[in-house]
Parts: sequence; structure tokens; C-alpha cells
Amino acid sequence: MASDLLRLVQRVAQGSIRVVDLTQTLTQEFPVITLPPELGQCAPFRIEEVSRYDERGPAWYWNNITVGEHCGTHFDAPIHWISGKDLPHNSVDTIPPAKFIAPASVIDCSRECAADPEFMLTVPFVEAWEKRHGRIAAGEWVLLRTDWSKKSYADYAGLTEEGAHTPGPAPEVVRWLVEERDVHGFGTETIGTDYGQAQHFNPPYPAHFYMHGKGRYGLQCLTNLDQLPPKGAVILAAPLKIKQGSGSPLRVLALVEEAASPPPSRRASRGRGISTGRSR
Amino acid sequence: MTEPLARPKRKNPLRRTRQPLLPQSVRSRTAHGLTAAAAQGRFELQRCVDCAAVFYPPRDACPRCLSPRVPFVPVDDRGTLAVETTIHASTDPYFRERMPWRVGLVRLDCGPVVLAHLHGDAREGDRVRLDLKLDKGGAPVLVALPAKDTPHMTDDRQLREMTCDPKFRRVLITDGRNSVGQAMAKAFSDAGAAIVFVGVADAWKPFAGQEMLRKLAGVEIVPLDLTDTESVTELAEQNGARTDIIVNTAEHVRPGGILQRHGLTVAREEMDVRYFGLMRLAQAFGPAMRSRGADGVNSATAFVNLLSVYALMNWPAYGAYSATEAACLSAAQCLRAELRPGGVKVLNVFFGPLDTEWFQTVPPPKVAPEALARAVVQALQRGLEDVFVGDIAEEVRARLSVNPKALERELAG
Repeated sequence: MASDLLRLVQRVAQGSIRVVDLTQTLTQEFPVITLPPELGQCAPFRIEEVSRYDERGPAWYWNNITVGEHCGTHFDAPIHWISGKDLPHNSVDTIPPAKFIAPASVIDCSRECAADPEFMLTVPFVEAWEKRHGRIAAGEWVLLRTDWSKKSYADYAGLTEEGAHTPGPAPEVVRWLVEERDVHGFGTETIGTDYGQAQHFNPPYPAHFYMHGKGRYGLQCLTNLDQLPPKGAVILAAPLKIKQGSGSPLRVLALVEEAASPPPSRRASRGRGISTGRSR
Repeated sequence: MTEPLARPKRKNPLRRTRQPLLPQSVRSRTAHGLTAAAAQGRFELQRCVDCAAVFYPPRDACPRCLSPRVPFVPVDDRGTLAVETTIHASTDPYFRERMPWRVGLVRLDCGPVVLAHLHGDAREGDRVRLDLKLDKGGAPVLVALPAKDTPHMTDDRQLREMTCDPKFRRVLITDGRNSVGQAMAKAFSDAGAAIVFVGVADAWKPFAGQEMLRKLAGVEIVPLDLTDTESVTELAEQNGARTDIIVNTAEHVRPGGILQRHGLTVAREEMDVRYFGLMRLAQAFGPAMRSRGADGVNSATAFVNLLSVYALMNWPAYGAYSATEAACLSAAQCLRAELRPGGVKVLNVFFGPLDTEWFQTVPPPKVAPEALARAVVQALQRGLEDVFVGDIAEEVRARLSVNPKALERELAG
């Protein structure tokens, strides 16, 4: 009789537990958070070829990369926000590693977001979701499926003269998820965990303020959330062990009971505005 | 009268692209006094301090009184074309390909008789203006122009060998998101460029002027981010063989000196956009441009760097920015040497504060983006290498030549 652990691995190998990649590819052109230009900016992902089987290194190919901690699909640690700055184990290098594995409740609001790009998640919406799918358990990730990852970059960033217009949580629901449901963290497909216009909320950026203030985590720029069941997926999300790191790009994987997951949908290829496809 | 330049035919893909050749370019150290004047578009010859004789070619002593005090000074450029001849045969590889070639002797009103290349509208016996130009190899030469401008005179075949006129050429403006890039796109469109490629990074971020840019004749928006090596390389893969002029309009202006920077994040961005951006652009486009310096009417001809005049002397109020600009100037000098074998000029355009958002708190005089764009087009039409635009840039140049230390102290405030 195999141990539970080996049984799990066997089932992954057999495909009865499916591994869903929730990660966007790290590319140079993927949008990063935009702040007023007089403030410090997150470095976008950049790649410089060190050698490619050439005079710089005849038998090997490798790159140097530069990237901000909050670029691409990334993890937010509590130390990222001022409300979490003094908590114990609040940076990516000190978070207990067991925290990097947790189940998820996936709240599908893709239909609402298609109708309203400024859809706001509220407590009644989540309560209605719980009636259909069961109560959000303590220690679970709450992932917001908006299908935002399927949009063109321009629509994804949703920028106008008034800033970003993207869906996200209202302040009350974030506090409620932390205080009433004791969640593990909050994850989104959008550039940040917060609503596009969250700078005008009280407090500003509540998903950062409340989650990190109570030592909870964030995941953003996720994709393939449409392949997860409302309940039962297990998320593997281990950030890079950066000394005093506030977050990091990472590979986010979900383990899904095959019977429980919706079939993978054919993904529409991403429109890139005026950009041409990368040839390499 | 000059025959107006015809729009060049499409290139015959069965024919080899002519490799660039250069005219003989060796000059004495003293003769580089002419190089300095030609690079900036001034007409200067040596005039003896002791006997006031004006003479040419350059010498280390006055041919009349042997005085060693013979500085280059601005002199009257007018004269009479005494005699002309048309050369039909030459052993020089550069001129062999460009026969026939007209030269003549001009008696300058200020004294000397000089041998000069002739504009097509300058005929024997005519009154002419002399101009100092840099030839394909970057060496100073004299050109006799008609006394008054004639129609289409910039289209003259011999003159075009010494200029970088955008007419019918394909231009790449590297950053169309800012007002300088947009003014530049308009100026090159108006100057008759065949295509004006305008780079736009992060197309998902809206920007002011986007609609105006799209409406300009000949403008084609292309994705380009100078901080992304792959983006630059990809554009060069597509357009490198049809880019004749590059104008690097990517800017990164932030106030503050070294101590105000509080870490290196902004400093790295400055260097990435400006210095590394220049290197990426040069590495991706430079080799093809250098090999296309003799590729017909729309040959590759110029790489334009827009540089703060504070590249020449640090202005601590914008001190880290000045330091980055100094790095760019040094790289531009290197690039100039590297592109010269292809007959491609590097034009460095210096200016003081621009009338743009990042110089909002700086009092006038400031350079309007449109004025800068006009100056760039004119400098290319004249074939210049170093241009100072606006009062502040002119003043910095003048004061550097007199007392750089005083300038350093006074810029410190």
C-alpha cells in the first residue's frame, strides 16, 4: 500500500489529478503596474542573452534576466504593504514553506466582468456563491476568476486618463474574507489584487491593506482560472527565496481532481494591439 | 537649375548593393580647424592675427608674415567662381564611381583663391557662396553654392554626397510617445521622407498625441522599446535594411542630483533608456546602415542623437540626468567613428531645457519640441555633425570654449 504522498504523485502521473499551470509566461511586453512617473517603478521583465552557442560561449545558451518583484504572475508577501511591515515571517524568505501549499475557492465572476469591466466583488456576491458551492474554509486561497487574462493588453491594463479600470474586491469584502473566513490569501487575474480604481477606496488598496495587515498573501496576473473547480483545487505557489523580499514572480500550479475540473477551453490567442508576434 | 530629385525606384534585388567608398580623408591636425567649423556649419578660415591675411589651405604659419598666430575665425564666404572644370576620369575609387564631377577655383572676397567642389547651379564667372562641408569620410571640404538659393538646390547630386537630406529617405523615430518624437515625426513627414517609422513602446498605455501621429503622411507606427533588446532586434530584422536615418527620441528626464536619487532605481532607468538604449539601437541597426552608405538616392545616411547640452558640463539641478547624457555623448562619439567607414554620419544635437513636462519648473528660455525637430531636419539637410539649439545650448558652448571651470561653478548655483 503506497503512502498518501506517493499515491498523490502516482495519480498526478496517471492524470487522474491534473496539473493546471496558472502562470503567465514572463515576457517583456506583459503589462506591469503603472504608477505616477515621479514615483519609483517596478522594473519590467527584461532578458539579455549571455551566449547562444557562439563566441561568447560555444556550447551553451543562457540569459541574464532582470525583473521587479511584482512583475508577471507574482506573489505578494505581507511585508509588501505598510500594514504588514512589522508582522513576523512577513517576507518571502521567512514565510513557513507549508504556507505555499493551500486549497482554493474559485469565485467565478467572469460573466459579470464581461458585462462590466469595473465589476466589484461584494460580500453579498460571495455569500450567494457560498450558498451554491459551500462555505469558504479557513486557510483557503480565494481566487477571483474574471477571464481578464484572456484580454488584449490594452483591455487587460484598462488604462484611461483616470487610471486603471479593472475588476476587483470592495473594501468590506476583503476585510470580511480575512476576519469572517480567515482566508489564506487573495488571488486575481488582473495586474494587482485590488480593484482598478482602488486608490479611491477607504482604505486605499484594501486587498493589500487588509490581507497583508493580517499576514495573508496575494497572487496576481494568474491565468487558466477557468480550468479550476469552484472548490477542491490545491494551489502550489512558492515564491523565490529573496532576502527580505516583498514578493516574487513564481510558477503557480493547481492540482485538480480530473473529474472535478471543467474541460480546458480553447484559449483565444491574445491580441497584441500594434505589436507583432515574437519570432523566436 | 537643379533637376528635382526623382523618387527612387524600388531596389533591384538581382543587383549587388554597392559597398560604400570614401574620398581621401586624411587631414593635418591644424586642418581639423576646418573640421570643427564644418561640423557645426560655420564658415571659418585661418586669419593671421599679426597681418590679417586670410589663407587656405590650413598652415601652421602665416604664408605672408610667418606669424604662428593663425586661428580659425569666421570670414566672409562670398566670392567669384573664377574657373571651373569637369573631371571625367579619376584613379580614386570613390570619385571614379561618381564621374563626371565638377570642381573650380573661387576667388574669395576676403583674399584667398580656393579649390572647391561645385554645386550644379554655380557656373564660371558667377558670384558664389562658399560652404564648408564634411564629405562622406567626415573630412572638411569646400563647396561653392550659387549666391542665392535656387529651386531644388538641395537635390544637387554633388551636394547630396555631403548632406543627409531626409527627402525620399526612410526614417526611424524611436519614441513617438513623447512630444519631441511627435514633433520629429511631423518635421520629417513635412521634409519629404518616404516613410517615417515611429516607435511606440507599451502600446497598451494610452498617450497624448496618438491620433495626431497616426494621421501624419508617411507615418507608420511600429512596436519599439529601447529598453528591450529583443524588441529592438526584431524591428531591425524587419526594417534594418530600409532604415536610412535614425532619430533617437527616447528620453528619460528627471530632476535631481546624485544625492536626491535615493538608490539606483531611477538611475538605472536613465541609463537603460538612454545609454543602453543607444547601444541596443546601434548594435541592431548600425551594421546594416554602415553597409548601405552608398545604396543610391535613399542610402543610409545618418544616426541622430538628441543630447542635453549638460552632457558637456554637469548641471547639478538635473545632475544624474546630465551624467547619463554625458555617457550617451561618449557612446555617440564612438559610434561616429564606427559608422564613418560606411559614410554614415552621426549627428549630435545639443539643447538646454525643453519646453516639456519634466522641465516644468525651469524658467525660459526653453526649446520647443517643434524648434528642436526643425533644427534636426535642417542640420541633416546641411550635413552637420554637431548642432546647438537654443540660447542656453549656444551659451554653454560659448562659455565652455572660454572658461569651463567658471561654467562648472556657476551651474552649481
